[in-house]
Amino acid sequence: MSQTATLPAGARFDDDLPPALRVRGYWSSVGVRLRHDPATLCFGVIVLLIVLAAIFAPLIAPFDPYKESVVLRLKPFGYRGHPLGTDELGRDLLSRLIYGGRSSLLMGLVPVCIATALGGTLGVIGGFAGRTVNAAIMRTMDVFYAFPSVLLAVAISGAMGGGMANGMAALALVFIPAMCRVAETATAQVRSLDFIEAARATGAGTFTIVRYHVLGNVLGPVFIYASSLVSVSILLASGLSFLGLGVKPPTPDWGLMLSTLRQSIYVAPLSCALPGAAIFVTSICFNLVSDGIRSAMDVRL
Amino acid sequence: MLGYIGRRILFAIPIAFGVSVVCFSLVYLAPGDPLQTILPSDATAEMVAQIKQAYGLDRPLPVQFLLWLGHVLTGDFGMSISTRRPVILEVTGALSNTFMLTSFAVPLAFIVGYTMGAIAGCFPGRAIDRVVTGASVVGVSLPNYWLGIVLVIVFAVELMALPATGMGPKGSAEFSFFRWSDAQYLVQPVVTLSMIPVGIISRTTRAAVSEVLNQDFVTTLRAKGLGEFAVIRHVLKNSAPQVLAVMGLQFGYLMGGSILVETVFTWPGSGFMLSKAIINRDIPVLQGTILFLAMIFVATNLVVDLLQSVIDPRIRRS
Amino acid sequence: MSTTLTAPRPYAEDVGGPAQPLLIARDLAKHFRVRGGSKTARVRAVDGVSFTLFKGETLGIVGESGCGKSTLARLVLHLVERDGGELIFDGEPVGAPRGISIAALRRHVQMVFQDSYSSLNPRMPVQDSVAFGPFVHGRKKPDARRVARDMLVKVGLNPDLFGPRYPHELSGGQKQRVNIARALAIEPRMVILDEAVSALDKSVEAQVLNLLRSLKQQFNLTYLFISHDLNVVRYVSDRVLVMYLGRVVELGPSEDIFTNPLHPYTRALLGSRPSMDPTNRIEEPPITGDPPSPIDPPGGCRFHTRCPFAEAVCEAKSPELGAWLERGSHVAACHMLNAGSGHSAAPA
Repeated sequence: MSQTATLPAGARFDDDLPPALRVRGYWSSVGVRLRHDPATLCFGVIVLLIVLAAIFAPLIAPFDPYKESVVLRLKPFGYRGHPLGTDELGRDLLSRLIYGGRSSLLMGLVPVCIATALGGTLGVIGGFAGRTVNAAIMRTMDVFYAFPSVLLAVAISGAMGGGMANGMAALALVFIPAMCRVAETATAQVRSLDFIEAARATGAGTFTIVRYHVLGNVLGPVFIYASSLVSVSILLASGLSFLGLGVKPPTPDWGLMLSTLRQSIYVAPLSCALPGAAIFVTSICFNLVSDGIRSAMDVRL
Repeated sequence: MLGYIGRRILFAIPIAFGVSVVCFSLVYLAPGDPLQTILPSDATAEMVAQIKQAYGLDRPLPVQFLLWLGHVLTGDFGMSISTRRPVILEVTGALSNTFMLTSFAVPLAFIVGYTMGAIAGCFPGRAIDRVVTGASVVGVSLPNYWLGIVLVIVFAVELMALPATGMGPKGSAEFSFFRWSDAQYLVQPVVTLSMIPVGIISRTTRAAVSEVLNQDFVTTLRAKGLGEFAVIRHVLKNSAPQVLAVMGLQFGYLMGGSILVETVFTWPGSGFMLSKAIINRDIPVLQGTILFLAMIFVATNLVVDLLQSVIDPRIRRS
Repeated sequence: MSTTLTAPRPYAEDVGGPAQPLLIARDLAKHFRVRGGSKTARVRAVDGVSFTLFKGETLGIVGESGCGKSTLARLVLHLVERDGGELIFDGEPVGAPRGISIAALRRHVQMVFQDSYSSLNPRMPVQDSVAFGPFVHGRKKPDARRVARDMLVKVGLNPDLFGPRYPHELSGGQKQRVNIARALAIEPRMVILDEAVSALDKSVEAQVLNLLRSLKQQFNLTYLFISHDLNVVRYVSDRVLVMYLGRVVELGPSEDIFTNPLHPYTRALLGSRPSMDPTNRIEEPPITGDPPSPIDPPGGCRFHTRCPFAEAVCEAKSPELGAWLERGSHVAACHMLNAGSGHSAAPA
């Protein structure tokens, strides 16, 4: 067999091989699959635009979302430079929609991140620890699982008195059990495979094994599940705001806007439908992107 | 098999216990003194002392929990702050209204969702499959309360064909769904409520049907010369248990999660009562309602699990 | 600076000298609790196994599925906890306060598993899987990777071509080579091969067996070769141990066992190999039925329920193995061989 030759610095190890024989790592193969998936890319771009619009709201929005005007209440589309009209307090609807993306996206994404971090950790611990620890963690999760998510979110944030932070905490609590279960299942599956035993036979400690062997295999399913949770979270978050449990007025928020505009439904029905449309579009785009990510990542190796 | 049933019921007890612990602690999540959260602001000193005694509010937490649990098990959920009536009366009254909605929404969702899913499953990859799959995705990504609002805009505001809100012209006390003048109030809430279950059921049905279709026994049936309709009947029969399970779970989910739809339509069900309680900071009602709804959800899950084990013997062995 | 895995290593770590057995197992036992059964029911996977393993030899362990071979392998490496018996590695008791620790044992004994697919992390390039061992034992990553690549060369894989690959991009034979490389990467003295070639195609199996043989010479290894394939075991082993239902049934030099099996079970096992000679067809199976469940094994000699020579004493008393400690001895656990056992065929 040939001995190892020294390659010049920066060269790939298989530069001299024809492209068909080159080895591709897992993550770059995911990238290739995504690149060839026009639907997912398209929705991904839309998601990106929505996020960017929310971040750069002060630069894009034509008017000040907080500026009220008694005379300009509930004006129709296009009235005096307001592309989408005004709301019941005379504020420009388009600006409020753009700014509303901030709180809706924040309340949608932050709970998922918290739940992934906490629930994921708990799940890995539960999957790898002994039977008592596993039972303690999973049975506690079962209790929270016994609530319908809307109910639990409403209960917790309702009891705490509403507000954005409480809402995010409530949603995180709703998602942690599900995330924990996903992580625990993945960990338990990996744990029973031979290479974990082989790693132990080599003399590695539990922490080393988890870090090098378990996490890489668990992060995939966890990430896929987290991405599918985002659209659910956006829906639930706006639902909380609709009930008055999210941000407090006058902060623009899609769910809150739906609730306040609803009172003027007979006067300006179309304006009333707009915030909901924003929620719908955002949610479905996140949903489709996460489906695409799942197809790209969930490859049977 | 009785062993499985017994074990499953036994398993539900600690869950129910955990649920009650969570509900109990809701009062403590609320900012401020627990005493203030469960009593109206103009309570007399005598009432304050009475409540303090009954719930042991100056004693350690586990004792308080047990006292509270004792009250709950005898049906005493406390008094509503806003209406001064016992919570349990309020809750049971509202629950029956929600039950009416759910008992129409679930069968509707099942019929529509199952049909869509079965058709899509029988013709995978074709246009109809894509349409159904797309509709399911829309169904679960749509904020259902927004759909409610849109329906109100279309049917109540623009077309004036259906009423916008409420439960009958005379209110819930005299509601009868045998009269169209009352029943028309049911239409939109039921349709709205069934939207998410339709999405979920059609997705599950499609997956179940296409999975069964791929099994060897279907090929055997065809090889034996069975006509396509008969084959499809077999397939539907085999995929039904999975779907029925999902449907059962949706029932519990809808009972517990109807708050948004009921708020949109001002339907006086348990969800609407919940949202009123939130606005009024009526914690006893909040706590009682949530406890009831969560228990219904746990009970529904239990019943679905047990029925499934009766129908599908494979489950009993796990 | 090349690795030290180039010439046969001197006996620097050899504590006891060439005459001392590398491993002495005495009455090893492992009982698993049965799920769902009665509280006291136990699967007696390994129930009193004793043998010696001498330096530089290959000991083959054969038996039917469920006889406890794999559990035995895991007991030696302490991947499962011992329920009884002791293990002496190169003169030092394992796990005892004055002896060698389990962690230190794992430095000297490694294992190659059967299922080549699940024994490699699907998300790790193969050279990282091999490098993991040296890395855990203190080498820095680049160093460990270099050792890994050298090891891949030794097992016949081009490290540039195969190193960065993932397990699903390799064939079965290639994966097993990687597993062997991984086992040898931390320079063990003994390797346990648990059905290591059973899942491979015959031609690939032959290649891997030859590789194992050459590696054994190169690195002065001792092998514990577990298999259910009698022909392979005969080809590879110096001595053979036959197991049945958690117990040792026969132990001796490989050729002796295959030409002159002592125990009725061994005889039946050897007789059940399909014959290649058309004039010498096997008409009836020499042994019928399934082995009894290891949860409730028969009393006395475990084999008496299927043995054509069983008598009352076989059900009453367990036969002893005989002089299993001596090198070159050929012993079997059968009442027919032990003088004065009470069996009609026993010598006086």
